[in-house]
Amino acid sequence: MTVELLVASAIGVMTAAGVYLCLRGSTFSVVLGLAMLSYAINAFLFSMGRLVVDRPPIYDPSAPGFTDPLPQALVLTAIVIAFGMTALVVVLALRSYLESGTDDVNGAGAEPPPADGDAPDDPAEPPCT
Amino acid sequence: MILLLTCMLPFLGALAVALAARTGRNTQAILAGAATSAALVLILLQAPQVLAGTTSAFAMPWVPALGLEASLFMDPLGLMFAGLILGIGILIITYARFYLAAEDSMPRFLTFLMLFQGAMLGIVLSDNVLLLLIFWELTSLSSFLLIGFWSHKAEGRQGARMALAVTGGGGLALIAGLLILGRVAGSYNLTDILLAGLVIQGSPLYTPALVLILVGCFAKSAQFPFHFWLPRAMAAPTPVSAYLHSATMVKAGVFLLARLWPVLSGTELWFYLVATTGMVTMFVGAAIALFKDDLKALLAYSTVSHLGLLTMLLGFGTPMAAVVAVFHILNHATFKAALFMNAGIVDHEVGTRDVRRLGGLVHLMPIATTIAVVAGLSMAGLPPFNGFISKEMMLEEAGRTVWAELTWLIPLVATLAALLSAAYSFRYVSHVFFGPRRHDYPRAPHDPGAGLWGPPAVLAALVVLIGFFPATIAGPLVQPVAAAVIGAEPPYFALKMWHGFTPALFMSVLAVAGGAAVLWRHGEAVRMWQRVPVPDAKRAFDAVVAALVGASRVVTDTLHTGTLQRSLFVLFAATFLLAVEGLSVGGLGGATRAGIPASGVAVAAWLALVAGAVAVVVSARQRFLALIYISVIGLIVSLGFVYLSAPDLALTQISVEVVTILLLLLALNLLPKTPQPTSSRLRRARDAVLAGIVGAGVGWLALAVMTRAPRDPISAFHWAQAKPGGGGTNVVNVTLVDFRGFDTFGEIIVLGIAALAIYALLKTAVRGVAGRRLLAWVPETPESPERHPMMLVVASRLVLPIALVVGLFLFLRGHNLPGGGFIAGLVFSIALLVQFMASGYAWADARKRLERHTLIAGGVLVAAATGLGSLAFGAPFLTSTFEYITWPLVGQFELASALLFDVGVSLAVVGAVLLALGQLANLMQRAARLEVDAEPMDIDPTRGAGAVR
Repeated sequence: MTVELLVASAIGVMTAAGVYLCLRGSTFSVVLGLAMLSYAINAFLFSMGRLVVDRPPIYDPSAPGFTDPLPQALVLTAIVIAFGMTALVVVLALRSYLESGTDDVNGAGAEPPPADGDAPDDPAEPPCT
Repeated sequence: MILLLTCMLPFLGALAVALAARTGRNTQAILAGAATSAALVLILLQAPQVLAGTTSAFAMPWVPALGLEASLFMDPLGLMFAGLILGIGILIITYARFYLAAEDSMPRFLTFLMLFQGAMLGIVLSDNVLLLLIFWELTSLSSFLLIGFWSHKAEGRQGARMALAVTGGGGLALIAGLLILGRVAGSYNLTDILLAGLVIQGSPLYTPALVLILVGCFAKSAQFPFHFWLPRAMAAPTPVSAYLHSATMVKAGVFLLARLWPVLSGTELWFYLVATTGMVTMFVGAAIALFKDDLKALLAYSTVSHLGLLTMLLGFGTPMAAVVAVFHILNHATFKAALFMNAGIVDHEVGTRDVRRLGGLVHLMPIATTIAVVAGLSMAGLPPFNGFISKEMMLEEAGRTVWAELTWLIPLVATLAALLSAAYSFRYVSHVFFGPRRHDYPRAPHDPGAGLWGPPAVLAALVVLIGFFPATIAGPLVQPVAAAVIGAEPPYFALKMWHGFTPALFMSVLAVAGGAAVLWRHGEAVRMWQRVPVPDAKRAFDAVVAALVGASRVVTDTLHTGTLQRSLFVLFAATFLLAVEGLSVGGLGGATRAGIPASGVAVAAWLALVAGAVAVVVSARQRFLALIYISVIGLIVSLGFVYLSAPDLALTQISVEVVTILLLLLALNLLPKTPQPTSSRLRRARDAVLAGIVGAGVGWLALAVMTRAPRDPISAFHWAQAKPGGGGTNVVNVTLVDFRGFDTFGEIIVLGIAALAIYALLKTAVRGVAGRRLLAWVPETPESPERHPMMLVVASRLVLPIALVVGLFLFLRGHNLPGGGFIAGLVFSIALLVQFMASGYAWADARKRLERHTLIAGGVLVAAATGLGSLAFGAPFLTSTFEYITWPLVGQFELASALLFDVGVSLAVVGAVLLALGQLANLMQRAARLEVDAEPMDIDPTRGAGAVR
């Protein structure tokens, strides 16, 4: 049993879970699925630099070795971007629910809007400058 | 350098006009005119030496790997065109200032016009063909904007779209053609290509290159069968027609034919393709022009005809024909631009451009009439105007050229075209300005102000001057320009009115007399013309476009059935199959790398992760539960990073985790808690099988990579350069802010855009249907009686300064130890978000000092300014520098410019995170209609009112 095997199988499990959730019908499942896929893909990218223990990429001439810093730098930004993507998708899901009254990805079961509401078409809110 | 400035001036002018949008029309016109005049002066200053034979040049490497150089050069041909573009440009700007109505946006118009001028100038001054192509496409785009300037008119929009489709489509062919040409010649620089004529004509790729280039040139210069876009482009305001569609843009194709004349011409293929196309276009254009009643349409088809004439001359492939082409380019630009502006004056003052409703304007508009007579008779080819001389020379050349052993064909067609040309020119002059005065003009006609008649009058004066003194005025220009086109000394020619009793004179007399006769019998000619079946180009174009749209729709509808589930299923399956295909081609060697033995802790963590993943899938329908499970996975991934020598990633992952879960919690509150009906058992089984296969594939791939040693990774370089080159020991951070700083710069922009998109989506969600649904929202989960628990509020306030200091610490040490801008930005964000959670959105929001938009923009700008700062020191964008200074008490301290870049990263991250989550919290608060807490320690504002929930 090696760490490589553990990491690889974990990536596989997270990918499978992500793919399965992405294929579900409710928007929140898809958001969860995308988050899972992000974990899997980031870990996958990270593993492309091979796994090394106790060799952080902090430069030290006396260090016995170092792990590949490049995948780490790429994954670091990827993590932050994945957050941006998840945030955008979840807000899209929210807006789509508010517009259609359903959180089905295909818009099945859309409801007519509540008629009794008194939301103004242009609420008196100070514009953001 | 002067050339670069010349080329930039119109663009700078465009910018200046756009920035001066709030000033008056005169200021804007003066700005545009000043930029144009300055460029013209720069050109004229160089004119003497260029005409004497010294080309001026400027070169700057741009993308050397692609052979793309920002290189410019100006030889006599470029000089003549640049002079025309800028000289007529000044006249057009003056004219447009007085032509455009008060409701038309002057800054928009002039900005487009200046953009076009810059693009056109770029075409004629480019040395590198790739650069030329960029400018070529820019003219297509800017002319699209200009033709569609009156965007409220359907014909304007349609004309603009057609022009873009035809000239842009031709541009695509031209790209291919010039790429082939550059490949064959071994260089993308025109100066090199022009010397490689023998190689190019001997290459088997000559034919495809020639055909593709010709398609581009013909489409741009409205040659048959691409001519139909030009008349439709007349929906543009008249200054545009006068500028783009007579003097400049449509000449771009002719220019390129002339530019590449030394390398492409001289072959049989060239002659039959170019001369024949030109001949047909010349005749067809002239014939249609005679029967157009709209003045601008008449002039448009006349332009098509004259462009055909130029193409035909260049197609002859003889040096003398090239000389005539050069001379006629000059003459046509003068009289045709004058006529377009004249037509604009008639339209402007009389209110119609329909020939049938005009006539007898001579006494009402004497100045306009004079201009029309001079320019119109020049177009007809009558002495003593410049059009006569070049038409005589054209007929002379046509008389000598034999088409497929038919000695009579070209002279006959040329004479017929000249005849038709004389006829429509006479019609323009006589049917509009002479004849009986009418009483039903839409407006009372009178001559316009000098601002409108001045510019065409200048051109009309040139028409007369060149007509009388061709050798004196045009000669010194035509001689070197012709030499530049031919690539050798041109044959002897004399620009003069009287050539003696030559066959050309005979043909000319025949044409003028015939033209007058045709006009005399115009009514009968019209009836005859109406019996000729003319294919409608617009209908054909629309049919082609409709067919293309239909085909794309079929493809789109096949791929996108409108269900996300099916699209994703296809996507995942296709990706998997592609990977299988790649693997079957590539193959795989044996494992070469020993693994790390797994400890018990590692196995336990793995078990937790797998259990978490399974739990998320199983409980996906119980949403809060799923959220808790997924955070377990994030936690284990962070721990994994710690274990596998990635401290920076661990810090990033854990802080992103916090922010993500907060975000999902907020969103979940508003999303429906009742799950959708489950999909069928069959569908779930099918999805599970696909997910299992994909997961196994990805996992196996990861394992395959990890058990094989990498081959010579670039990281050794990063490792070695981090300290001496980047000034930091945290190689990951140095990579982010220095080695791959440009990537990071892009990432913070992406993050900012995502946050702004979220803001826009939520900001507008309070309106309309979404707003009503939001108002109808009721909390589905039981709420705590304590809205802001005292302990949490107090603790959060205490933690805030500590958290901020931690963030600062992580930020400052980031260059050398785990930390840095991204992580610090996330920690700052979390510290602030905790305040939102503990004390409520409104309370925290009221205490912010900076708008989050400002933070995002500031971050991006700080990063950009740091990057640009290195330019000031002559280093490439984003080069970093560092210095060690010794501070009292603190000791040696490093100051790196990368730190400033990291400040930008941090600011952008804080801004983006707070903007996204803050807006969501704001929406939440609106939905719940919660009162705003007023007091610093107000834990429940409703309590004071005695209304405990």
